[in-house]
Amino acid sequence: MTTTTRAATVPAEIAPPRGILHRPKSTSGFWSWWTTVDHKKIGILYGGLALVFFLIAGIEALLIRLQLAGPNGTILTASQYNTLFTMHGTTMVFLVGMPLATAFGNYLIPLQIGARDVAFPRLNMFGFWVFAAGGAFIYSGFFLGGAPNGGWFGYTPLTSTPMTMGALPGHGPDFWAVGLVMLGIGSVTSGLNFVATILNMRAPGMTLMRMPVFVWMMLVVAFLTVFAMPAVTAALIMVFFDRNFSTNFFVAKAGGDPLLYQHLFWLFGHPEVYILILPGMGIVSETLPVFSRKPLFGRSVVIFSGIAIGFLGWGVWAHHMFATGLGPVAQTAFGLSTMLIAIPTGVKIFNWMGTVWGGSIKLSSPMLFSLGFIAMFTIGGLSGVTHSIVPADTQQTDTYYVVAHFHYVLFGGLVFAIFGGFYYWWPKVFGRLLDDRIGKVNFWLMLIGFNMTFFPMHISGLQGQPRRTYQYPANMGWDTANFIATIGAFVIALSVLVFLVNVVKTARRGEVASADPWDGRTLEWSIPSPAPEYNFAEIPEVHAADDFWHRKYTEDEEGRLVRLPAGGSDDGVQHGDGHGIHLPSPSFFPLILALGLPILGYAAVFKLPWLAVPGVIVLLFGVYAWGIEPGTAED
Amino acid sequence: MAQATLPVPADEADAHGHDPHGHADTNTGVTNTKLAMWVFLSSECIFFGAFISTYLLYRGRSVKGTPTPKDVYNIPFTSVTSFILLMSSLTMVLALAAIQRGDHRRFRVWTIATALFGVTFIGGQIYEFTEFYREGLALKTSVFGSSFFVLTGLHGLHVCVGIMWLLTLWGLSMQNRLHVQDAERVEIAGLYWHFVDIVWIVIFTVIYLIP
Ligand SMILES: [Cu+2]
Repeated sequence: MTTTTRAATVPAEIAPPRGILHRPKSTSGFWSWWTTVDHKKIGILYGGLALVFFLIAGIEALLIRLQLAGPNGTILTASQYNTLFTMHGTTMVFLVGMPLATAFGNYLIPLQIGARDVAFPRLNMFGFWVFAAGGAFIYSGFFLGGAPNGGWFGYTPLTSTPMTMGALPGHGPDFWAVGLVMLGIGSVTSGLNFVATILNMRAPGMTLMRMPVFVWMMLVVAFLTVFAMPAVTAALIMVFFDRNFSTNFFVAKAGGDPLLYQHLFWLFGHPEVYILILPGMGIVSETLPVFSRKPLFGRSVVIFSGIAIGFLGWGVWAHHMFATGLGPVAQTAFGLSTMLIAIPTGVKIFNWMGTVWGGSIKLSSPMLFSLGFIAMFTIGGLSGVTHSIVPADTQQTDTYYVVAHFHYVLFGGLVFAIFGGFYYWWPKVFGRLLDDRIGKVNFWLMLIGFNMTFFPMHISGLQGQPRRTYQYPANMGWDTANFIATIGAFVIALSVLVFLVNVVKTARRGEVASADPWDGRTLEWSIPSPAPEYNFAEIPEVHAADDFWHRKYTEDEEGRLVRLPAGGSDDGVQHGDGHGIHLPSPSFFPLILALGLPILGYAAVFKLPWLAVPGVIVLLFGVYAWGIEPGTAED
Repeated sequence: MAQATLPVPADEADAHGHDPHGHADTNTGVTNTKLAMWVFLSSECIFFGAFISTYLLYRGRSVKGTPTPKDVYNIPFTSVTSFILLMSSLTMVLALAAIQRGDHRRFRVWTIATALFGVTFIGGQIYEFTEFYREGLALKTSVFGSSFFVLTGLHGLHVCVGIMWLLTLWGLSMQNRLHVQDAERVEIAGLYWHFVDIVWIVIFTVIYLIP
């Protein structure tokens, strides 16, 4: 059996064991979760914490919908409303969407490419702790002088005007800017980790074109993250300096240009849309073939259109700024590029339909959510293309039509796909299946609630209802649409509750999952459920795309599927106890290093230079202690 | 973003294990650490690109009566410090070549020289900032002041991280803890150092030299 780290291949006198803190040893139990470097545990941590934030963002959304249930709502004040819609958006994008994608990526990428871990196990854990620290930091604003309240997009000069000048009271924009820089650090590290893992750690024979489509989409997402985050980081630094050190980046009377902020923000913001949606596309590209019992239709086309989206995504950002007066040339160019990017997206939709077409479809919960994804995402895509028509966009800007559009893409798209992913991979992760009947209730409630909430917004939006306003007057013709939307929001909440009930109920009494409960196609189904700590007792050798499927099935002369005679009791599935496999050891330092960041963050927000000293000390301690700690403890 | 520039030890690099004397045992043949470093540096390009574009966008937009670039720039002085930083890339190359040969004495000399060149550059930057301030250019004076100080200040911060990294490698070598097999750790630090140098060359050309 191969040893897995270099520490074991280099003589001890060259790499003497050393470390500052006593090395954590436990790989199970409560405390192991604090120091683990196992990509599967880190994936579960990402998913769990992101779900907590999902519930928080949901409660924020319900409060918003209660306020808007009828005209002249009085449940929230204007400033409370500002805080809630800002935090709902910020949370859903940075603390729910991105971390949930990272959760799936963490758990599945090594399993799907046949690796035992990611490229940088400790950096992986660092990314999680930065996400946790950044999320807690932003939310601590609620108790420490103002949660963010300038919108998730944080337009200048509103957010960049110094607090003393009274534009936005409280520390909201400071918490927002510093917190997002922090979260950016976390997502860039996890992006780097995924790039190195996917490009470098594939099992023998797992060529790039044989990789599962989910892995491909995560590769594109990782590159997008690494290149998009620095643009917004730069913009946030400028906002923070304008607000706290009286620089003039966005001060018009000093020659600054508030529009520069919008360019930098959307140069990040549009790729961010794809950072959020491509993982969802990857998930359904895995589930649809399994539940149709057909290979993905036009597999390479799906991959290449994903890559095309990754490139074109950089050339469309200004469609978020048509109302700012960019001039006819720029508006035409960005309108055209926006139409262009709809093509690879449309191609994918046809590929998914081609996959399902003529398949022997099994409508289990993962399949329902995936089909829901296709339908809802298509509607969102169509309303999105209407934004490429500049005059139409000018009419739609800042209305509920836009709110409807991006919720169809991000909720109808991402969230549906993620729930499908939950139902699909739950048995691999926890060893028990979620209940399929409850799952179907979950799906139908979510589909109905979602459409009740967001479909009416198309209409009220086209009728001119402005977004981001805490009240609307009666007799504008918006009352019915808003009332239905509020009811719908509670139906969505109910569907999420049903999901939680499913989780709790099946945790003890759920059906125990076999290694391959869905008759899957990819490598993660070739190992026991739940996945063992070492993933693969033997690193698999890959001979084709959907290799695991081809180990189970062949075709007879008439092209019918024939199950190959099983080699073991649970055909094709690995057995073995993983004896002799060295895995990276747990470490304290990702946590310690990540803790330095919020300390520095508070020093920045409250302008406390003395607090920066412990922050820097913690960071330096973390860096150096990490640096001299070997990846694997000698035992 | 500085976190990903940690002096990550080579044994963090890959769970596949790799042959210290040559080809890495990865699909691409490039070690994980080096691959991640390249991607990280391209991410940094966007970061600096944003600030450089901001500076260029705001050129000539400052309010009348505030110091202009022509008033404050001391091209001969900055040329000298830029040249020193450029030379540090040469010594960095020599340091890497030394450790790859197993010549630890020269490695230490060239590494400390690289760090000292870096320190000299930072010293020059501090002097330059002080001079500009005395001539009436502060962060809040104008868009020129804001975009200049933030851009060059962030670059200086990157140089400081590089200096600490080099000093760390030097310290490890002094304690006989850096071996021929660890040459890649030096190479990674070198990649970062060269990148920071190149960024400065761009800044110097685009911001100081082009009128
Ligand atoms: Cu966009």
